[in-house]
Amino acid sequence: MARIAGIDLPKNKRGVIGLTYIYGIGRSTAERILNDAGISFDTKVNEWNDDHLNKIRTIINELKVEGALRSEVQLNIKRLVDINSYRGIRHRNGLPVRGQRTRTNCRTRKGKRKTVANKKKATKM
Amino acid sequence: MARSLKKGPYIAHYLDAKVNKMNDSKKKTVIKTWSRASMISPEFVGHTFAVHNGNKFIPVYVTENMVGHKLGEFAPTRTFRGHSGNKNA
Repeated sequence: MARIAGIDLPKNKRGVIGLTYIYGIGRSTAERILNDAGISFDTKVNEWNDDHLNKIRTIINELKVEGALRSEVQLNIKRLVDINSYRGIRHRNGLPVRGQRTRTNCRTRKGKRKTVANKKKATKM
Repeated sequence: MARSLKKGPYIAHYLDAKVNKMNDSKKKTVIKTWSRASMISPEFVGHTFAVHNGNKFIPVYVTENMVGHKLGEFAPTRTFRGHSGNKNA
């Protein structure tokens, strides 16, 4: 069982893919790590020996991953909210921050549709 | 796209001049401005700007955290009062 940065890696996956289960490591970082450690991308996670694991651990120790990275992102958002900037206000309201349309879509930010009951059609009087 | 670094930050020249003058004379007055696109430079910290939002001037007190943002970011141009039938708005 390979445990790196407090995360259990899936054992039956190729090394490059397995590393991307760590928050803050994507494909390109994973490839760089394995290159630096001199391990083939295709080695499965459960085929790594202790020597490989130690090499990978020392490289990852220098990166900002998991908790530290998550808290950094949260602090950046908190700064925007605290200084009352437009982006902070959008974060506060749970709306898209980067100028996307909100007439339709943006369900990821807004969550499930809230249907307004008894919404009457505008009628001419 | 981000602004070219070669040009440096955009700051309306009159704003820069006014702030420098105030810093020299250690006075503090509210500066009315329409220049929402001006970047907040470190010299602006501690001053209050009245930033136009298209309708009226919104007072913005500049703190250290705001450096690098633009004045307009702190003077919202839209007012959202909530949808009809939404009671908690």
